Formats: sequence, structure tokens, C-alpha cells
Amino acid sequence: MSRRVRLWLLAVGGAGLATLFVAAALDLPAFGGDRHPYGDRAVHASLARHTANVIASVNFDQRAFDTLGEMTILFAAVIGCVILLRQTRDEHRDRPAAPEKVARPVRRHALLVLPVALLTGLYVIAHGQLSPGGGFQGGVVAATSLHLLYLGADYRALERVRPVGLYETGDAIATSAYVVTGLAGLIGGTAFLANTVLPYGTFNTLSSGGTVPLLNAAVGMEVACAVVVLLARFLDQAVEIEEGNGK
Amino acid sequence: MDVFPYLVAGWVFLAGCYGLATSRNLIHAVGCLSVCQAGTYVLLLTVGYRDGATAPVFSDLKPGSRPVVDPVVQALTLTDVVVGATVTALLLALVVQISKRHGTVDPDELSELRG
Repeated sequence: MSRRVRLWLLAVGGAGLATLFVAAALDLPAFGGDRHPYGDRAVHASLARHTANVIASVNFDQRAFDTLGEMTILFAAVIGCVILLRQTRDEHRDRPAAPEKVARPVRRHALLVLPVALLTGLYVIAHGQLSPGGGFQGGVVAATSLHLLYLGADYRALERVRPVGLYETGDAIATSAYVVTGLAGLIGGTAFLANTVLPYGTFNTLSSGGTVPLLNAAVGMEVACAVVVLLARFLDQAVEIEEGNGK
Repeated sequence: MDVFPYLVAGWVFLAGCYGLATSRNLIHAVGCLSVCQAGTYVLLLTVGYRDGATAPVFSDLKPGSRPVVDPVVQALTLTDVVVGATVTALLLALVVQISKRHGTVDPDELSELRG
């Protein structure tokens, strides 16, 4: 298909979609309106189960099975990246050259912020059922904080705190932990992933919400490990893997 | 202007589609796909908005004292962000491979199959 034809097709399709979308938007409930039946019910269910953060309750209690699917997508995407970015036969691994000089302020700040960022990530995961945040967000913060070492020091220092195999295992363990927590419901005599196994605890404390904190922690660990593994593979491609001379 | 926020979502989505169709660089195309996705975030958050409402987190908010925005669509957006990030990573890994095998990232030059 030539570029001209493609652009015409895009214009026709885009105009059609825009027309239908505007027609649909005109019929939607008014923006900012007061009628949110699902939202109200979700808030009600969350408060009944002593979970202060309603979004965590929706993700890890009311829609926990859906989150399992989403975790599987995450897991599968990481496996796909690991396979796609592996070292092939016509490539070889070069040790990265001697560390580049890092400007002193950059080094100082990176090393100062690293522990703070790591602690923030863990805090966000741990308080997922209480305050805004949760496993997904906290996991990303914790994983990226490790990479401040790459900015502040060099690649070899990062490699020392980041044994990739260990994080790959952690990723798999966290995914299994989610399923096992779900199975506990079956053993307890209810449905898969039903939040009825643990006591709901006192509202607005760390242990409130039944299985929500457990599932949240599993997701936090999975996301942290997944991001570390993903970034490790991409960094490997950039820093270590070189094309073979024979090609 | 009650429909304006909905229209913004549609506009962002179509802008991403335009970028996807006219892209001459696969990395750019992956970026455009993320723009399309951002359109869906805007749509979801727009659907859940409620006038004068606050975040649906009750750690320092007395239940029932204020209206809260719809937590269901916020949870859906959160899901979408996470899945979007990993799928973007997967697509970028594919681009790395394509660039290695074919020596180009222009989709127009990738018309023929090569083993």
C-alpha cells in the first residue's frame, strides 16, 4: 500500500471513528455528574471489608481475579523480553570498559537519594491498602531506585546489587504467591481469591483488609522484580552484548 | 461544555493513530501506541469524575463526609498503565531484534521476509 492510499484510508477511518465517538459522547452521562452506581457500590464494599484505599480493594478484592490475569500479562511480557533480548550465537559479551567519570554532585545525589527512594518504594507497597499507591506503583519506585547506582557509580556496581537470576526467581515466586493466596480461599471453603480467609482487622491499620495486603505485597514484589529484569536486559543490550566479528 | 473532556480523549486517541500510520521509525510507532493508550486513560478518568469530589481513599477522610470519584475506573486505569508499560517494553525488545536482523527501523523498508 502506498503512502497516499494509506493516508486516505486513515483519513476516512479516522473521520468515521471521530463521528461515531462524538455521537456516543453526546449521549454519555454529563461530565462530573453525581450518578456512579458502580463507584458507590465499590466504596461500600471496600468499607465493609475495612480497606481504606478503595482502589486497592477494587484491584485485590473485588476484581482480584482480573488482577491475576493482568499479572500474567506482566509475567508473559517479561518472559518475552528475556527471550527476545538474549545473547544470540553471533554475538559475544564484552566486559564494559573502565567506568566513566561521574560528576561529583551527580554521584553524591544519586547515592544519597538511593536509600530514600528504595524506602519510599517499600513504604508505598506496604501501605497499599491504606494510602494512595500500592504494589504496582511502589514496585516501580523500588526497582528504579536500584538503578540510581548506575547513574551515581557505574554498571559494575549496579550488577553487584542486581543478580538478575535472583530477580527472575523472585518474579516467578511472587506470581505463584498470588495464586497460592487465591487457592487458600478454596481450602477455606469459599471461592478462588475470595477475601474471606483472613480477619478484616481494624480499619486503617496495616493489617486491615483481609487478603488485600498479601496480594498487594505479591504484586509489589512481582512488579519490582519484573522492572529490574526488564531494565537489566535492555542495559545488557546497550552495554555488554556486541555483534560478533564473523558476521 | 459537558462533552469536552470526552472529546479530548478521542482526540488524543486519533492523534496517536495518525502517528502510528505515518510513522517512519518503529520506536516512534511504539511511542504513538502509548499516546493511543493515554487517550483511554483520559476517557476512563473522565467517566469517573464527579464534581467537588476527592480521591477514594479513606485513611484520613471520614466515610460519607465528602463525595469521592469513581474508584472502579481508577483501578482500570491503573491496570492499563501497568500492562501498557510492559507491552511497550516487549515491543521495544522486538524493535531491537528487527534493527539487528534487518539493519533498519523504518517499517516501509521491512516489506519483504528474510530468514
